[in-house]
Amino acid sequence: MTIDLLLFLTLALVAVATALGMVTSKNTVYSALFLVLNFATVAVFYILLGAPFIAMSQITVYAGAIMVLFLFVIMLLGTERLNSANILPWQRPLAIILAVILTVEAGYLLIFKSNPTAMVNAPDASINTIGSLQSLGMALFTDYLLPFEATSILLLVAMVGAIILSKQDKNEKGGAK
Amino acid sequence: MLEYVAIALMIVVSTFVALSAIGMGELLGPKKKSKAKDVPYESGMLPYGEGTRRIPVRFYLIAVLFILFDIEVIFFLPWAVVFRQLRIFGLIEMAVFIGILLVGYAYAWKKGALEWE
Amino acid sequence: MPQPLDFATLQPVIVLSVWTCVLLLLDVFLIKRKSITAVLTAFGLALTLGLTFMQVGASNDGFSGMVVQDGFSTFINALQLVGGLLGVAVAHAYIKRTGSERGEYYTLLLFSVIGMMLMAQSNDLIMVFIALELLSIPLYVLAAFTRNTESEEAGIKYFLLGAFSTGFVVYGIALVYGATASTNLHEIVAFASSSSPSLLLTIGAALILVGFAFKVAVVPFHMWTPDVYQGAPTAVTAFMSSGAKVAGFAALLRVFSVAFPNISMDMAPVLAAISALTMIVGNIVAVSQTNIKRMLAYSSIAHAGYILMAFVPYGDAQVSADAIASGLFYLVAYMLTNFGAWAVVIALETKSGSGLELSDYSGLAKKYPAIAAAMTIFMLSLIGFPPTLGMVGKFYLFRAALQGGYTTLALIGVITSLVSAFYYLRVIVNMYMREGDPTPARDLWLDLTWSITAIATVVVSLAPQFLFVLASTAVMLK
Repeated sequence: MTIDLLLFLTLALVAVATALGMVTSKNTVYSALFLVLNFATVAVFYILLGAPFIAMSQITVYAGAIMVLFLFVIMLLGTERLNSANILPWQRPLAIILAVILTVEAGYLLIFKSNPTAMVNAPDASINTIGSLQSLGMALFTDYLLPFEATSILLLVAMVGAIILSKQDKNEKGGAK
Repeated sequence: MLEYVAIALMIVVSTFVALSAIGMGELLGPKKKSKAKDVPYESGMLPYGEGTRRIPVRFYLIAVLFILFDIEVIFFLPWAVVFRQLRIFGLIEMAVFIGILLVGYAYAWKKGALEWE
Repeated sequence: MPQPLDFATLQPVIVLSVWTCVLLLLDVFLIKRKSITAVLTAFGLALTLGLTFMQVGASNDGFSGMVVQDGFSTFINALQLVGGLLGVAVAHAYIKRTGSERGEYYTLLLFSVIGMMLMAQSNDLIMVFIALELLSIPLYVLAAFTRNTESEEAGIKYFLLGAFSTGFVVYGIALVYGATASTNLHEIVAFASSSSPSLLLTIGAALILVGFAFKVAVVPFHMWTPDVYQGAPTAVTAFMSSGAKVAGFAALLRVFSVAFPNISMDMAPVLAAISALTMIVGNIVAVSQTNIKRMLAYSSIAHAGYILMAFVPYGDAQVSADAIASGLFYLVAYMLTNFGAWAVVIALETKSGSGLELSDYSGLAKKYPAIAAAMTIFMLSLIGFPPTLGMVGKFYLFRAALQGGYTTLALIGVITSLVSAFYYLRVIVNMYMREGDPTPARDLWLDLTWSITAIATVVVSLAPQFLFVLASTAVMLK
């Protein structure tokens, strides 16, 4: 238990640090790489929580495919380096103030206004092994069959949308670049 | 958690192998630095301008299609594990799933999204 | 393993999905004239509408409790399918005129309708999320469909804020799951009523509310609406301003009244405040607009506030049934009136995208009395002036608010309606009392859209009891 806790705290520190690094970095490629590290850390969190399949998907889809897309877009726009000029001069302090208020409020509510032990009802944790992929498969393909099939329609729509927006139609007039 | 010790060990070993390969080259190889050597190699031409270049939008489309099919493949893994328990029903389920995505594939093909113009 | 009954609960959606996939391929492989795609799209929607009517009276849940089919979902689905048909009718000539005619317009519209129908039938927060994405993603693409700068800007704005709001929904779902160990609406309420009140559940519900508040565009989550509605192709705006709003409210109504009745004491004041704020801000800002698309965008924000009024007393068992029926009634009124008004705007928009200022409506009544009369009906209905559907709808809404004990809210509703008369009447004044030379585009489908919606707006209001009874029988499976 203590090892888990230690691991969690270390990873939490890394996760927060990389997230901050991503937001504050002026070079967008560095930001993207910080994000990769962040994704990887989150993947380890999933393993700690007993969800190895989610961890694997996190690595393949997020740290893999989506990062590739991010880097493509960065290079597509040619914005490796961000302008040092502050585009949003007064929004930033305001955002920080609001964020602090929200954090204090949420912390106050969660710590003092409720009974923390009775709050989170974790699902059955007895399947906390690598073998849980099997139970996940059974759940996904029986009870969650409909969301699964609906996802394929969602992917189809995304595909059509991406092609429509980035592909020029031959018989299309006007509006083209 | 014990199952992951093996994985962690593998990560450590592979990191060590990679680092030692670089490190040995650094340690054992001769080092002669010159200004010309620090310049990026461009087939004997002198480099000019920024090294970064904007890439065409075609890459973006390929990347998006890659992600979509990547997500599709992710679903195969839990399916493969319970394939035997699900029997014919599992096969039909996956056939519907792939069928819908094949529609997208056929569409992308016909639209020329897979061609490099 | 799914049984035949499971498929029966979702039959219209499944049929429409298959039809859409086939149409997507037909369009790209065979069909040369895009009018044929439009006709086939309308046929698919009409077919699905028929199947939906055949479901009337039945009520079941299916696919391990993922979806339900009940009076409420049938009502909303029928409404969304009518909206889809109107969306095709107004789009057909418009996208040809603006030179962006592509068959995918119709398939994307169909996908969006599928999402909207799934949304009304979702009985599980996972399904709500997937349906939300399925209805939104095609709309993002459609908003950017004409690919001029304004349209692209609208698309990217809508996408960014839509993705942001979806994040809220997902986070809310996660917290609700943490609090109740389930995403099924019935199990959530069963857990919540058997255990002590949980703060986590309330926060989760609030986050879900915020996410949907973005979708239905209520103050203070409305900032994107004017820009997106103005920049998007007008035919898309017509479709999304009604369809997405109806879907958002349908999901909110179902999720809150099925899963979260226990926390209605916490939620009702928030909902009342949002509703009041939306009515006030929407109507007051609309007064200063000179562009008709922006004006109608603010008007749609204001109307979201009115509809939300029906939603405030959702936890009060005695009035909630009547309040929800009023909400459904007003959704119908809003859908018809809004589509009609946008159809007239589409008719007056020129090929180059001008003709959208209020001054462009000057003198319409002299040259085209029929269009001007239809527009007058829509404007009166939006104000809530008799004899139109808007008036009856507002009457039911204010009555629901009074029954729930929200007198102030009803009062704000009445006063803001008076304010709204100022800018709606300005359109009528321009049409009838100013000189001008507008040349609206004539096209059979467009003409049918505004004439049918105008006639329906008046005729149904003469015997509103019929529609209200229909809405009252549209109960949710609890």
